[in-house]
Amino acid sequence: MTQPLLSVENLSTWFHTSSGVARSVDGVSFAIGAGETLGIVGESGCGKSVTALSILRLIQPPGRIEAGSRIMFEGKDIVTLDDKGMRGIRGNRISMIFQEPMSALNPVFTVGDQVAEVARVHGNGSRQDAWNRAVEMLSLTGIPSPEERAKQYPHQLSGGMRQRVLIAMALMMTPALIIADEPTTALDVTIQAQILELLVELQNRLGTSILMITHDLGVIAETASRVVVMYGGEVVEEAEVKTLFAGAHHPYTEGLMNAMPQITASRGRLNVIPGTVPSPTEWPSGCRFRDRCSYAWERCEREHPPLYQISGSHTSRCHLAVEPERRAHPHLPLVEQANATV
Amino acid sequence: MAAFLGRRIAQGAVVVALVATIVFLLIRLAPGDPFAASMADPRISESVRNEWRRSYGLDLPISQQYLRYVASVAKGDLGFSFSLQRPVRSVLADALPNTLLLMAVALIASFAAGIAVALAQVRRRGRLSDRVLGGVSLLFFSVPDFWLALLILTLFAYWGPFPIGGAVDPTSHDLLGPAGRIVDRLNHVVLPALTLTLLYFPLIARHQRAALLDELPSDYVTTARSKGLTEKAILSRHTLRNALLPVIALFGLAFPALLTGAVFVEKVFSWPGMGLTIVNAIDSRDYPLLTACVLLGSAFVVAGGILTDLLYRRFDPRLRDEL
Ligand SMILES: Nc1ncnc2c1ncn2[C@@H]1O[C@H](COP(=O)(O)OP(=O)(O)OP(=O)(O)O)[C@@H](O)[C@H]1O
Ligand SMILES: [Mg+2]
Repeated sequence: MTQPLLSVENLSTWFHTSSGVARSVDGVSFAIGAGETLGIVGESGCGKSVTALSILRLIQPPGRIEAGSRIMFEGKDIVTLDDKGMRGIRGNRISMIFQEPMSALNPVFTVGDQVAEVARVHGNGSRQDAWNRAVEMLSLTGIPSPEERAKQYPHQLSGGMRQRVLIAMALMMTPALIIADEPTTALDVTIQAQILELLVELQNRLGTSILMITHDLGVIAETASRVVVMYGGEVVEEAEVKTLFAGAHHPYTEGLMNAMPQITASRGRLNVIPGTVPSPTEWPSGCRFRDRCSYAWERCEREHPPLYQISGSHTSRCHLAVEPERRAHPHLPLVEQANATV
Repeated sequence: MAAFLGRRIAQGAVVVALVATIVFLLIRLAPGDPFAASMADPRISESVRNEWRRSYGLDLPISQQYLRYVASVAKGDLGFSFSLQRPVRSVLADALPNTLLLMAVALIASFAAGIAVALAQVRRRGRLSDRVLGGVSLLFFSVPDFWLALLILTLFAYWGPFPIGGAVDPTSHDLLGPAGRIVDRLNHVVLPALTLTLLYFPLIARHQRAALLDELPSDYVTTARSKGLTEKAILSRHTLRNALLPVIALFGLAFPALLTGAVFVEKVFSWPGMGLTIVNAIDSRDYPLLTACVLLGSAFVVAGGILTDLLYRRFDPRLRDEL
């Protein structure tokens, strides 16, 4: 990859709360090329949304992007940019699609007005120009009779329609990058597929890069070319999507793969990864996944694993990369052992 | 919408009629006598007082008095004030416009100032200026109303850009042209309205500030930020519109003050308004005047409720679809 469009380097976003410092995002690095779709996948609470919000510097106190973090975008470091420069990027060069299409829209303004607002902030046309552009974008996202719909309020639209409104809003200024934070989680399965198709189609047409955040590897398979797996506020594995599906390296990624519902598998119990994500105020020493890992050994407690290179652009934060023979000896994960002794 | 309004007005009319009836009965059952003042005068005999009672129909049974009252109100006649010896209608025609003017200016200024202070505080939330504004509000919230009115009166009696008493200039008002009269009235309203505004705005500011802070963590605020809006635009456009409902409720509750006025301001600034008229009507057991005031008062309460609903619908589109 030549000069990437966005490169996140050693991003740490911590929340300084009364009950301790939550290191929700802790030294995350990745890059996105122009026109590329990068997926970020991980369980609830692993720091996906905090990463996304950090890129637009939307983290509110007590959260803070820590010193040493860099977010390079179009030659500027977002972390140190002044407020005015930052506003010039938001909604204009980088825009965001949120998970909850109902609450992400303001209930007291018409959807057309909210979409047009982006052009009123960033464009230099008249109010009418902004409105016309909004109707055009609503039509582009497949909303039927967009002129009438534009005059309606969010509560008058279905969930899928509202998500299309948010997409229209994100595309208003044809940004270089769209961050989609679980854009389909709140929607019905059939609508989910339509929205993903729409995003991919619009991306092909407009040449936008997408950062696709999800907890669903199926969404990654359908949309992304490269994927970053997050766990405990860190990147634990990064690979081409094809490579990852052909053979994940990190035990956490393996767990995610096994937890995916298989169409071919007979109906039965879903595989789940035992235990839950630990609290970001007290990450375990060494490897943050070791409590839940069926391969963990002493080294995992002692030594925080670096990102090992597995092959080409495939990296994994697991000591199995240097002691591969241990893969032959799985045991019960520590959390299950602990549960068993209770 | 029309159906909604029609229904609310019909309901309101029933409420006003009920309140007027109850008050009509209550004040006649309460101890006291319209002619109590004359009891101390030995020259007025009981038979004279009975004659007076008869001339106002007070010797009739309450049920008959009530029927006569309803009949005259239906004709638009509010009766004759015992204590002022004038038709109630003309008493109200003098006092009500003064009170409406003063209270309208005071209410609008209080809400504008309260909302502005709250916006300023929330923009600087957690900082020193937020606390200073909060402290100043609290100070005005806790000063005694009479004391503040007297303080302002005293200050301006020396400074003097504005008149400190009355609703118009007693010597020059009638000689002024139409524009001059308006200026004269507005000049006189400044100090009493300022007093009321200083006393009322803190309550509104506190409610508005709390409502704004409640809205700030909403997802739509994050969306607005992600669009590149300034914090100021987000606060005064997106957040304020959602945080107005509790303050609209306050406005509806304050609305009847347009009729009742504020007694202490009328006393201190010699403002010829409804507050003192009502107090005097109670003191002198002036049944016709008092009943008329209550009738109008309940109409204002009902109107305040309807206005609140209309404003809710105006500011929250989700309520428009409900009936
Ligand atoms: N405002 C905040 N104050 C304190 N902690 C926070 C705050 N926002 C997020 N966190 C913490 O940061 C961690 C990561 O949260 P984040 O929202 O990024 O998770 P996520 O990966 O997006 O999960 P989900 O799939 O549930 O959206 C969580 O443990 C959360 O408790
Ligand atoms: Mg999230």
